[in-house]
Amino acid sequence: MFNYSFKKSIPIMTGYLFIGLAFGILLNSQGFNFLWAAAMALFVYAGSAQFVIVTLMMNKTALPVAALMVFLVNSRHMFYGISFIQRFKSMGKKYWYMIYTLTDETYSVLCQIKDDNRITSQEKNRGMFLVSMLNQIYWVTGCTVGALLGEFLPFSTAGIEFSMTALFVVIFVEQWITWKEKGTHIPAITGIVSAIICLLIFGPDKFILPSIIFTIGILLSFEKKIEFKEIDNE
Amino acid sequence: MNKYVYMAILCGISIVITFGIRYIPFALFGRGKDVPPKVEYLGEILPPAMMAILVIYCLKSLDLGNLGGFIPEVIGSLAVVSVHLLKRNTLFSIFVGTIVYMLLIRYFAN
Repeated sequence: MFNYSFKKSIPIMTGYLFIGLAFGILLNSQGFNFLWAAAMALFVYAGSAQFVIVTLMMNKTALPVAALMVFLVNSRHMFYGISFIQRFKSMGKKYWYMIYTLTDETYSVLCQIKDDNRITSQEKNRGMFLVSMLNQIYWVTGCTVGALLGEFLPFSTAGIEFSMTALFVVIFVEQWITWKEKGTHIPAITGIVSAIICLLIFGPDKFILPSIIFTIGILLSFEKKIEFKEIDNE
Repeated sequence: MNKYVYMAILCGISIVITFGIRYIPFALFGRGKDVPPKVEYLGEILPPAMMAILVIYCLKSLDLGNLGGFIPEVIGSLAVVSVHLLKRNTLFSIFVGTIVYMLLIRYFAN
């Protein structure tokens, strides 16, 4: 199962190592050493929120406002667990760890594993746990090494962060193919259309929460009309 | 307040908030509680919609006003889609897309 999970986690590895590196370098430039970077990566464990925290610190933003910002940046995560409630419940002691490590990237790989009908439910549990753990190891490593290296990197890695976008695009394509078998593309299309409309209305900094709420609203109101076959073997 | 104290407090707050957010669905429908059919349905149907939203989220800062502001993202993403449809190899698709993107931003930077 380790090989399976490791393979699934490699796309995250490159992304997390490089973005983590970028975070470590940024944090270090503000006078915080690698122990801070490691602790933040391990305990806060949220990519975009960690960058926001550094910006908030630089501006000495009032703590209540800062807390609200962190909440808004991460708020989309509250919808991820919905797809894994039964799954995580069946994982015993790992339940808490699985919730705690549910980042965007981990969520997307877990969605891939959820739909994999070549492995058993038991194997899914093990695979999901390993992926969550490997991903966190990559992130902690990236952040820590970044803070240690500071700005002494010999080459320009500008653009490497696109690997995360690429990962989401790949999983979107995978979902599209899976849902072709399930018999409907309404969920994917609803997501795209509402995200684009909300982006135009609310602008790039505020559109994500409205688009999720809008999407859920539409999917709930058309529940009776959307028919699909289930393949998840939970 | 010096910046280390500020940072320590903000990190503490952020740990609680981040975990709290991820825990919300489990607090509502987790251990010992039944998952309502509506939530089951959402759990089943949300992943493709979420992936679509995350893709748009990554592409949110496209600048249609100049070529360098959107060509690398658009071509990079199309490269990922086409390579993936051809090969169905996640790593390879991400690799090709990222290289295409990195080359294009360098091209447009000059």
